[in-house]
Amino acid sequence: MQKAVYIQEASLITPLGFSISENVSAIEKEQSGIQEQHCTDILDSPFYAAMIASEQIDAAFDKLGDPSKFMKLEKMMLLSVAETLEKSNLHISEKTALIIATTKGSIDALDPDNSFTKERAYLPVLGKKIQSFFGFKQEPIVVSNACVSGILAVAVAKRLIQSNVYENAVVVAGDLVSKFTVTGFNTFQALSDGPCKPYSKYRNGISIGEAAASVVISSEKNKTTAIQVVGDGSCNDANHISGPSRTGEGLLKSVQSAMQEAKVSANNIDLISAHGTATIYNDEMEAIAFNRTNLQNIPLHSLKGYYGHTLGASGLVEAIVGFEAMKQNKLFTSLGYEESGISKPLNIIQKLEKRTVNTFLKTASGFGGSNAAVLFKKISIEQ
Amino acid sequence: MDALKQELKENIIEQLNLEEFTVKDIDNDDALFGDGLGLDSIDALELIVMLDKDYGIKLTDPEKSKEIFQSINVLAEYITEHRTK
Amino acid sequence: MQNGTVVCNGKEIVSVENEQTFSAFAKQVYKDQHWEYPKFFKMDRLSKLTFLTAELLINSVTISSEEKESLAVVFSNKSASLDTDRKYQDSINSIENFYPSPAVFVYTLPNIGMGEVCIRHKIQGENAFFVFDDFNPLFLKQYAESLTQNNKARQVLCGWTEIDEKGYNSFLYLASPNGTLPHTEETIIKLYTQS
Repeated sequence: MQKAVYIQEASLITPLGFSISENVSAIEKEQSGIQEQHCTDILDSPFYAAMIASEQIDAAFDKLGDPSKFMKLEKMMLLSVAETLEKSNLHISEKTALIIATTKGSIDALDPDNSFTKERAYLPVLGKKIQSFFGFKQEPIVVSNACVSGILAVAVAKRLIQSNVYENAVVVAGDLVSKFTVTGFNTFQALSDGPCKPYSKYRNGISIGEAAASVVISSEKNKTTAIQVVGDGSCNDANHISGPSRTGEGLLKSVQSAMQEAKVSANNIDLISAHGTATIYNDEMEAIAFNRTNLQNIPLHSLKGYYGHTLGASGLVEAIVGFEAMKQNKLFTSLGYEESGISKPLNIIQKLEKRTVNTFLKTASGFGGSNAAVLFKKISIEQ
Repeated sequence: MDALKQELKENIIEQLNLEEFTVKDIDNDDALFGDGLGLDSIDALELIVMLDKDYGIKLTDPEKSKEIFQSINVLAEYITEHRTK
Repeated sequence: MQNGTVVCNGKEIVSVENEQTFSAFAKQVYKDQHWEYPKFFKMDRLSKLTFLTAELLINSVTISSEEKESLAVVFSNKSASLDTDRKYQDSINSIENFYPSPAVFVYTLPNIGMGEVCIRHKIQGENAFFVFDDFNPLFLKQYAESLTQNNKARQVLCGWTEIDEKGYNSFLYLASPNGTLPHTEETIIKLYTQS
């Protein structure tokens, strides 16, 4: 019997706010962080993205350190970890892991106009910045596995804690809106022409986003209501490097692996926070995979309508909102959803509702055929 | 038009890294996608970039691109009609 | 695989004396092995390195297609996909010649090479890509064991696939209950240094 692993504390640094309460409040009011952006140093035509103003980051970072010495993503991640550590009172020991999830890290360091050295684009360098800032004792573990990185990192932490390599872990995820990624998705013709519309008939691509998020994961609980990480799976489609499997093989296997481990059946799950990027293929694949696993009736949302697609951060940002859904027993709306545009039905949440949420499934998918699924359960301390 | 078709075959082989093909292997009527050259969705996007870069044609409708990329013949005709370079 | 040499299970199977670029070397290995996988030529350098090393390893072990289907893959490196990132960045630096390539962009993630291996061998098991400052055998051992202990995998294909401006270096091994050597950090280091 594997030992129990819990989420202790979390924090969010997003366009909806730098605190979890600000984020939840915006989501309850169905306010999106996605706006039409006119940044010609990113793209020569307007694009839809959820971005955080550098001035806002610098102002918040000022009490932690000199903003001029750190790059934007570094500051976002440091802000998030600082808040999570403060709330959790975690004592960083030899048995504390630091796990960092990102797809591109500080890729803006490659920009010829950027004043920081190109060395800063190396992910281990980003890792060391965070490690040394807080005095983590173990070498950082960087997870860079496309858009599943954020939630995969949670699974990695759980697995290493369960095999007694560590007792606890700080997991921090983040990614930027950069010229690199925006021009890339643009050349893929994957950018939406308005705020993205997950699962909808007229969806036409992603709205990109940037965010950072972090959690403390531990074999110990520290509150009256705890969230336990009960199952995980991260399987490959083995289909195509950028298109998902048409039958959702990898996602199906990931979800089944998580459910089997947690001994949870489809009708025990109360909420699914899916990937829902609003591309034609991703959303359709998810609809097929969730139907194949009998999850088509479970209330489901994509949060990309609020945050845009935050790439490596998305899995963790969206999971943290899911934890709030569990704590507050609420179903948050899947923003941007209009008429259904998927061939198999899903139970898309169309308005904010009070509902008991005890078991929550977070899924993600990404380039390279990657998929990940993690199941969480609410535990009260009397048990 | 023949020179254009020759040029297209050379460009496609180079741009799409079709290392094991020569110009002689591509017939003007061969299907470029599916069974013919076996090109995929990323190749289609690359061809759209090639149309812009080499011929000054901007394509934003993926449905349109399916029609145009049917074969060398169809592609050459389209380029002849719409090129700005 | 490094510096113009390929060693498989302790035996050197390819060695080139003259200085060659990685791309030329990779093409030579592909041709010498008589493989037929045209997609190889579309891959970026990291994916080619990963693919070649994995292909040689998988072809040298007895593994059924069922076992392959549930094989876990855990790869790692230091530079992530920076080798390809720089190429993509070059294509967006120029204002006059601004034609970013989707075929280059798709490879600007370090897990794509792993994805190529999974596609080739129809591997639908657990997979994860990690980035460390240096080859980290202890982590690979610990993570592979956490997968087997949690019943997520029976066999794990692990390794290091690094390519950057300075050179290339890949080392893969299969951790399996059918293996002949003990699954310890020492064994992994020994195999790595011998290769």
